[in-house]
Amino acid sequence: MRKIPAVVVKASRSKVFSDGAVSNSARNFFEIFDLTPGFAIDLALLTGRYRELQRQVHPDKYAQGSDQERRLAVQMAANINDAFRTLKDPVERASYLLHLHEISVDDQSARRLDPEFLLEQMELREALGEVRNNRQAVHELTKIFTTIDTLEQQTLGTLAEAFARGDAASLRTANENVQKLRFINKLRAEAEEVEVQISS
Amino acid sequence: MALLELSEPGQTPRPHERRVAAGIDLGTTNSLVATVRSGVAETLADTQGRHLLPSVVYYAAAAAPSVGDDAKAHAVTDPFNTIASVKRLMGRGVDDVKRLGNQLPYRFAASESAVPRIVTSAGVVSPVEVSAEILKVLKQRAQATLGADLDGVVVTVPAYFDDAQRQATKDAARLAGLNVLRLLNEPTAAAVAYGLDHQAEGVYVVYDLGGGTFDVSVLRLHRGVFEVLATGGDSALGGDDMDHAIAEWIMREANIGDHADPMLLRRLLRDACQAKERLTEAQQVALEVELAPQQVWQGTLTRSQLNALIDPLIQRSLAPCRRALRDANIKLEEVREVVMVGGSTRVPRVRERVGQFFARPPLVDIDPDKVVALGAAIQADVLAGNKPDTDMLLLDVNPLSLGIETMGGLAEKIIPRNTTLPVSRGQDFTTYKDGQTALSIHVVQGERDLVSGCRSLARFELHGIPPMAAGAARIRILFQVDADGLLSVSAKEQTTGTESSIQVKPSYGLTDNEIETMLLDSIDHATDDVAARQLREQQVDADRLLDAVGVALRADGDALLDKTERAAIDAAMQSLRSAREGQDERAIKNAIAALDTTTAEFASRRMNEGIRKALTGRRISELKDI
Repeated sequence: MRKIPAVVVKASRSKVFSDGAVSNSARNFFEIFDLTPGFAIDLALLTGRYRELQRQVHPDKYAQGSDQERRLAVQMAANINDAFRTLKDPVERASYLLHLHEISVDDQSARRLDPEFLLEQMELREALGEVRNNRQAVHELTKIFTTIDTLEQQTLGTLAEAFARGDAASLRTANENVQKLRFINKLRAEAEEVEVQISS
Repeated sequence: MALLELSEPGQTPRPHERRVAAGIDLGTTNSLVATVRSGVAETLADTQGRHLLPSVVYYAAAAAPSVGDDAKAHAVTDPFNTIASVKRLMGRGVDDVKRLGNQLPYRFAASESAVPRIVTSAGVVSPVEVSAEILKVLKQRAQATLGADLDGVVVTVPAYFDDAQRQATKDAARLAGLNVLRLLNEPTAAAVAYGLDHQAEGVYVVYDLGGGTFDVSVLRLHRGVFEVLATGGDSALGGDDMDHAIAEWIMREANIGDHADPMLLRRLLRDACQAKERLTEAQQVALEVELAPQQVWQGTLTRSQLNALIDPLIQRSLAPCRRALRDANIKLEEVREVVMVGGSTRVPRVRERVGQFFARPPLVDIDPDKVVALGAAIQADVLAGNKPDTDMLLLDVNPLSLGIETMGGLAEKIIPRNTTLPVSRGQDFTTYKDGQTALSIHVVQGERDLVSGCRSLARFELHGIPPMAAGAARIRILFQVDADGLLSVSAKEQTTGTESSIQVKPSYGLTDNEIETMLLDSIDHATDDVAARQLREQQVDADRLLDAVGVALRADGDALLDKTERAAIDAAMQSLRSAREGQDERAIKNAIAALDTTTAEFASRRMNEGIRKALTGRRISELKDI
């Protein structure tokens, strides 16, 4: 018998957003928390409502319940966790909003980032490489973090404005800025790795 | 008086007796059992007043195993048959054990199974069975003290325990005849005991250095909600390693070769442990080791020498602390307090270094040995349903990323580490050859990008994919991790609905058959038989379900069900009641399944109603805040 291939291939870059594990509650993530869909949200309100919902549905509330109830509780609590995790993070929230507008942030054709941004990314990455090789350059690392922070704030600002306008062209701008934020986050993660290497 | 007796319809207190529940800390060095009595959590002592049960099991030929202090007494004279620190072997494979090598003076059986087995005079035993012996003693202690059978227990595990280690712990509890309400992470348990006691609010770090494991958790405490933001650790780092470092130092000083006999090794470890403990108070201790008759080595270990020996170990614990803070997105200044848990945090150098790292003196005012068991007892009391009005809610995370192997030996993460549980997440994959009709799915755990750097959890296969061009099939792989941190995986081909799923039985775990055999072996055949046991289990399940549905009906039956629906549920309950009175295990099982199906829609409506109420209730309290 032919051996079964031991691996699978990713179907696409696109992420599977859960569409409400429980049949009669196929609501979008904003509806779960009774919030108006939009990029600008009240984080304290979101967090408060998240906790109230988990108090109701967490499987621990059904430790003495029937199997049926416990299965449902796991599904609903998982769904609420997914919704909360997505909405509390600006990049995830933006991706999800674009998804609701049927724009896939992972669509390769949409990737046309401006060369200036990409150049800056390359330079920052090079600077990071130098810090990694030369541990004396710790102050360089602080500068890199500051640059990353500034860049992130600017991009988030542009993103918020784009979502506030909401027309088709602005949504394309939003998509582009989500891509940028992903680059920025990846760079920050690498910088943090270098920081750990240096301090240990 | 009449006024006091008024109660809203559906809010009648549940007409049941208080359930007997306990929390168990199954530790590397010591284990404890605790319970909540008259609103206070307390650990339970044995008949001689001892609370700590040494996690040591002694297997003698043709005798029942002994556990605890009695067993510990044999460690030096009969090392091969005295199993200590078995927690280090839980959920580990034969290869892992080889790596621990000389640290474990046991004889391992050559076996086909992935699970290591230890040869003793009483036969070959697995780590799960050894742990079950410890749990049985704690169970008996609790039942003797409380004068009743235990309805359920919460067993604690290191937060950094992986899926295999958790499953092994649950298997041990099952083998000991315990109903596990929940596996609870040790730092979370400590936070519960500490937080409820101190009315704590804000960000807390729990630094938990035990005998064999290290855990660090960053939690946010807010009005009874214990939200774990991140967790990290090392499931093979603890006080045992300090003992080994000291023992190795003695061996160097006394010129003892690497191949010392196990009895000498055990004595050295015992002396090392005592020296470490005495150096908590003293500045130096005198050591004396009998190498051979008439040949004694004498030496002195100072506290600063000890510090130098253990500094590398403490250093190893700080990297996970740094990473946990980063994962939690919490800055050092935001940490309100650092809570010390685990016997090894008694070592002054540990307190000093941790204090330096977090730039604040750590909290040491709670007994680091007992706090985990106490927290587990509080949670067990809540889960047993003894505190229906509590605000307490624990939101824990998975400690390690979970994913599957893709082309080129890459690990594709599906659930990243530190995701709040429970979690259910899917991702679509496809075939890579034309006409491919099956694929094998390899589930892995770990942070590396390459599968070779991750731990293999399980493999399973999906068959019956219709032949299509490469890349045309859409296979959705769904990962679900429950509140215990246990993973199940399913795969479904989207166009045809072909499905395959497994409860992940770890590559290093015992198979269901092995567990079943052990269970059968453990049953005393003279007084009990398998059929009777199975019938009893079904009856217990039936009672639990009838009770749960009864409670639900009293609360929401009138509001959420029409007459026909109500009649259907009543009928299904009646069938189950009659089946339960009979002796037919199968009939009870079928009636349980029938009632479960009949109440599915009701259960779902109740939860949605709960959600609706939570949001409206919340709005009112939000208004009040303004």
